[in-house]
Amino acid sequence: METTIMGNNRPQECCGGGPTLIFACSGAADVGQIADQAARRMTKNGAGKMFCLAGVGGRVSGIMKTTESASKILAIDGCELDCAKELLKQAGFADFEHLRITDLGMQKGKTDVTEQTIAKVAEQGASLLK
Amino acid sequence: MKKIQILGTGCPKCKKLTESAEAAAKMLGIEYEIQKVTDINDIMKFGVMLTPALVVDGQVKVVGKVLSPDEIKPMLI
Repeated sequence: METTIMGNNRPQECCGGGPTLIFACSGAADVGQIADQAARRMTKNGAGKMFCLAGVGGRVSGIMKTTESASKILAIDGCELDCAKELLKQAGFADFEHLRITDLGMQKGKTDVTEQTIAKVAEQGASLLK
Repeated sequence: MKKIQILGTGCPKCKKLTESAEAAAKMLGIEYEIQKVTDINDIMKFGVMLTPALVVDGQVKVVGKVLSPDEIKPMLI
């Protein structure tokens, strides 16, 4: 079988399974920013590949089909509004892991975006994808 | 004319998908053009993370697998 991972966020040639995709709410609040940064950190660390939530929302064909081919999906939401989770559900995706940053003890509007907070979320996210 | 694009760098699965797509088009008797997109940067413009992929008239139909001509036919109508 041929498997060529050609670097972060670059297409891979088909092998036995689809990609592990990470969607972050990337919302306007501090916890949304942490979600975004944690997803990028997880991509850098190889836990999965951050993918385009907006593309799923916009039903962009390539993004939809790629998401359908995913072997694992993680949605990271900053807060209880669960925008990423709800968007994926509305797009027809039901089988995915979900991480809510406020469940980790971080308060919306009161959490600094730091190496520590990003790392904590990234670590929790990676554990959900194992 | 139906525009069919195969996204992939030229692996055996890409070639197989191309053959299936062409066979499907011929079975339907439609006018078509097949374009192979092999440049990674061009492939990424479709929002695709897995190849091979089949694109019909600009819409991504299949990602990461090879389909038979019979499976592709409905996508060309």
